Amino acid sequence: MPENQFHIPPRFSNRFLRWFCKPELLEDIEGDLMEDFNDHIEIKGLRKARLLYSWGVIRFFRPFAIKQMSSSKFNIIMFRNYFKTSLRSIARNKLFSFINVFGLAVSMSVCLLMISMLSEVKTYERFHEDASDIYRLTNLHQNIETQESGLFASTSVIAGKRLKQEVPGIKAASIMRRNFLGDFESENEKYALRGLWADEGFFDVFSFELLSGNKETALLNPKSVVVTDETALKVFNRLDVVGETLMRGEDPYQITAVVKKPPFHSHIQFQIIGSFSTLDQTQMQRNEAGWHSWQNMWMHHVYFKIEDGHAIESIQASLNAISDDQNSREEVSTIQLGTQPILGIMTGPEMSNDIGVTMGSEALWILGILSFVVILSAGFNYTNLSIARSLRRAKEVGIRKVVGAKKGQIFSQFIVEACIISVSSLILAYGVFLFIKPMFLNLNPNMSRMLQLELEPITIVYFVLFALIVGFTAGFLPSLVLSNLRAIQVLKTTVSTKLFSSVSLRKVLIVIQFTLTLGFIISANVAYNQFKYSMNFDKGFNGENILTVQLSRNDPNQVKALFERIPEVQAISMSAMVLGTGERWGDIMKYKDPAESTTLYYSSIDQNYIPMLGHELIAGANFERGPVADSESEVIVNEYTLKKFNIGTPHEAIGEQIEVASNKLTIIGVVKDFHFAPIDQPIECFAFRQRLDDIQMLNLKVSSENIIGTMEKLRSAWEGFDKVHPFEARFHSDHIAGAYDQYELMFTIVTFLAFVSISTACLGLLGMGVYTAETRMKEISIRKVLGASEGSLIQMLVKGFMYLLLIAAAIAIPATYYLFDTVVLADQVNRISIGISEMALGVICIFGVGFLTIGSQIWKAARANPSTTLRNE
Amino acid sequence: MKGTNIGEFEELVLLTIAALHPDAYGVSIKNEIKKLAARSVTLSTVHASLNRLEDKGMVKSQMGESTGKRGGKRKKFFTVTAFGAKTLAEVREQREAIWQMIPDAALQVKLGHA
Repeated sequence: MPENQFHIPPRFSNRFLRWFCKPELLEDIEGDLMEDFNDHIEIKGLRKARLLYSWGVIRFFRPFAIKQMSSSKFNIIMFRNYFKTSLRSIARNKLFSFINVFGLAVSMSVCLLMISMLSEVKTYERFHEDASDIYRLTNLHQNIETQESGLFASTSVIAGKRLKQEVPGIKAASIMRRNFLGDFESENEKYALRGLWADEGFFDVFSFELLSGNKETALLNPKSVVVTDETALKVFNRLDVVGETLMRGEDPYQITAVVKKPPFHSHIQFQIIGSFSTLDQTQMQRNEAGWHSWQNMWMHHVYFKIEDGHAIESIQASLNAISDDQNSREEVSTIQLGTQPILGIMTGPEMSNDIGVTMGSEALWILGILSFVVILSAGFNYTNLSIARSLRRAKEVGIRKVVGAKKGQIFSQFIVEACIISVSSLILAYGVFLFIKPMFLNLNPNMSRMLQLELEPITIVYFVLFALIVGFTAGFLPSLVLSNLRAIQVLKTTVSTKLFSSVSLRKVLIVIQFTLTLGFIISANVAYNQFKYSMNFDKGFNGENILTVQLSRNDPNQVKALFERIPEVQAISMSAMVLGTGERWGDIMKYKDPAESTTLYYSSIDQNYIPMLGHELIAGANFERGPVADSESEVIVNEYTLKKFNIGTPHEAIGEQIEVASNKLTIIGVVKDFHFAPIDQPIECFAFRQRLDDIQMLNLKVSSENIIGTMEKLRSAWEGFDKVHPFEARFHSDHIAGAYDQYELMFTIVTFLAFVSISTACLGLLGMGVYTAETRMKEISIRKVLGASEGSLIQMLVKGFMYLLLIAAAIAIPATYYLFDTVVLADQVNRISIGISEMALGVICIFGVGFLTIGSQIWKAARANPSTTLRNE
Repeated sequence: MKGTNIGEFEELVLLTIAALHPDAYGVSIKNEIKKLAARSVTLSTVHASLNRLEDKGMVKSQMGESTGKRGGKRKKFFTVTAFGAKTLAEVREQREAIWQMIPDAALQVKLGHA
C-alpha cells in the first residue's frame, strides 16, 4: 500500500474497542486489527474492509480481552444481588408495592392501547409493493373572494389525465371515483354491492392480489368489472367467474377478473371495481367541458407511483405548473394540487372527501397526549412514594457505601428495582388492556372498522421497551436521591427525617397529580352537560316518536302505501334527510339582484312533513301536494333567508320569486328559523322544496305500547316488498344523538381517564397517608398521652393534605375553564356556559375521595393505643 | 492429553510460533495458520489462544517495532518458552508412541510423515 494512502477504520468500532479492551492488550490488538484492515483494503476494497474491521472488533468482545469494569454494568454478581434485594424489599412492603404496581398497571394499560394503536396504524398500506413510492393527489380548494380554503383528498379527472400525460417520473397512475354502488343482478337475484371506479392503472399502482384475469386489461374496456373473491362467492357461489355478466339496471357489466378481498389494513376497501372508461366514455360524449372541469373535484381520486430515484419534489414542481395553468382560467376559486404519501394517509391531516376511513393526526395527538398525561401521573406516584420511603432504605444505602459501593452502583440498584415494578405492572396492565380493548373498539363504529388491535410480536417488544422506559424514568429521581446520600450522615443520625430536603418536591408532585385529576373530572362533566344540552336544545322542531325508514331507492309512494296498512303508524311523511344531523344539501340561490348569490340549504319534503315535525309557519301556507317529479314551482323558506336578501316581512314575502340553481320558485310560506344543522353551527338560508328525486326516507309517526312488535311488523312488511335491501329504521332522536356523539365520545374517554387518574392519584395519596401515619406514630402517641383529643390529632394530620388539594383546585379550575372556554367550545355557537356546578362537583369529588383515603389511615393512627406504640423501643 | 494441558488449536498456534521464529506476532500467526491448515481463523481466536498460552507459561512476549501499516502500534512478538518446547515435545512423543502401536492393517493409507 502506498504510504500516502491512509485509511481510517470505523471510528465507532475503535471507540468501542478502546472502551472494553484491557489496556495491556489494547496496543497489540489494535495494531493487528489495523494491519489486517490494510491488507483487506487491498484485497477486498474499503467498504468490505471496514465491515470486517467492525466485525473483528466485535469478535474481540470476549472474556479474555474485556477489562474489569469499574461500573456495575458488567458486574453480574452484584446485579444478581440487586435483583434479590429489590425483590425482598418489594415483598417486605406489600402495600406500597401493590400501590405502585396497581397504579402503574392501570395507567399503563391506557398506554398499551395507544402503543398498539400507533403500531397498527403504521402497518397500513405496507402490503403494496414499493409502498413508499405511492402517493395520491390532494386538492387545496380556495375561494378567491373569501379566501376560505379546504383540503380535499379528492381531485379532478383532468388533474389525473394531465398527470399521466405531462408529468415525468410517474411509473403508474390510476384515476378512481368513489361510490360505485347499486344493485347488481345475476340470474334474477339482486345484490347490493359497494365499490369504486378505477382505470387500468389501478393494479400497477396498488398490489391487490389478482386471483384470475389479466391485470393489464381487466379495467381497460368500458362495462368491465372486477369483483372480489368474497363477492364472487356471494353472487355465484364459486370463484371462476371471469366472463360472467352482472346487470346494473339495464347495463350488462362483464366480469374480467377476480381480486382478493382488500386487506384489513388498507384505507381502500371495495367489493367490486368498475372500469373508469365506462364513465369516461359516456361523460366525454355527454358533457366534456363539465367532465374535464378543473372544479369537478369532489368525487375523483388519483393515486400514482413514482419511478425509482425520482424525487417527489420534482413531481410537485410539475403539479404546480399544471395548477397555475388551470387556475389562470378560474374566476371563483383556485385549486392547488398537492401530494400525500400513501403511508401517511392514516396519520395525515384531516381531509374532506376521503375515499376510506382514516384516523387523522389530530385524534392520534389527542389520545397520545392524554395517555402520556395518565402515565405521567402514575409515574409521579412511584417517584413520590419511593422518595418518601427512601428513609427506610437510607441505612441500607449507608452500609452498602461503607462496604464500598459506588454511587453508580447504588443508582443502578434502585433503577433495577423500579424496572422490576414496572415490568410486573406490565403483566397486570396487559390483562387490563385485554379487558378495555373491546370497549375501546366499540366506542365509535369507525374505530372497529380501522383497528383490530391484535398482538403482533413487534408490539410486545414495544410494550416491554415502554415498561423499561417507564421504570427508568419513574425510578430516576429516587435513585438519584438515594445514591447521593452520604454514608456517615446516614449512619450517624438516628432520626433520619432531616436527611431529605425533597419534601417540597413531593408536595409539588401531589399537587400536579390532583390538578390533572380535577381537570379530567371537570372535563368529563362539561362534555356530558354539553351533550345533554345539545340533545334537549329547542331546535325549532320536534322529532319525538318519529321513526325514519330509508327508502333504498324504492318508490316513496309504494312504500308509503305499504306502511299505511299498519295500524300503529298514525301518519307518514316524506323527506330527503333528517335535519339537524349535519347532513346538508345546498344550491346557489339568487333573488332580484343577479350579482348577489348565496348557498341555500334545502330538504325536499311532502305536505305532511311540516305538521308532523311541528315546524311553525309564520306566514303563508304549507305545500298542498306531495313532491313532484318535474316542474317544481313552490318553496317554503326560513326567516333568515328573508333577512339575508331583504325580501321584507314574512307576509310581504309570500308570492315573491327566487331563483334556485336556475329554477324559478315562488315563496308560498315562511317557516320560523330552526336548527337544520347541529346547534354548534349558525342558522343560514334554508328552504323546503318538493323534488321527488331527493326523497330518500319516510318519517313514520308511531304510537304504540309495544314498539318492538311494531318494528317487527314494519320489518316483515318491508321484507315482503323489497328482498334486496335491508330494513333500515332508526328513531329520529337517535339520528340527532348521532350528530352530537363527539361529546358522548369525549365524555366516555375523559370519564375513563378521570377514573384512571383519580385511582392513581388516590393510591398515591393513600401511600403518603400510610407513610405519614407510620413515621409520626410516636409523635401522635406522645401528643395523645399529653392529652390531645382524637379529633384534634386528625385535624392536625389531615390539614397538610387538604392544603395541597386546595392548591390543586386553585390551579385546575381556572386552567380547565380556560381550556374549554377558549379552545374546545370556542367555535360552538350554542353551548353551555361553564358554571360553578360543573367545577364544584369535581372539587367536592376530589376532596371527598382524598379525605376518605387519608382519613382512613390517620384515623387508625390517631385511635391507636399509645402504650403499644411507645413500648415498642 | 495426559500430563500436558494443551488443546488442539493451542498446539497449532504454538507450533506456528516456533515455525515463524523470530517473527511470530498476531497477524503473521493467523495468516500462517490460514495458509498451512487451510482453515479460517479470526484474529480474536488467535489472540485468545495466545493469551491462554502465555498464562500457562508456554510462550512469552516482547514488544517490537511499530509500523505505519499498524497505525503506529507496536507488534507483540511471541517466542516459545522452555516449558512450551517441552510440552510440544511431549505431545509429539505421545503421538509417535501411539503411531507405533498402530498395526499396518488398521490404516490402509499411504502415510506421509507429519
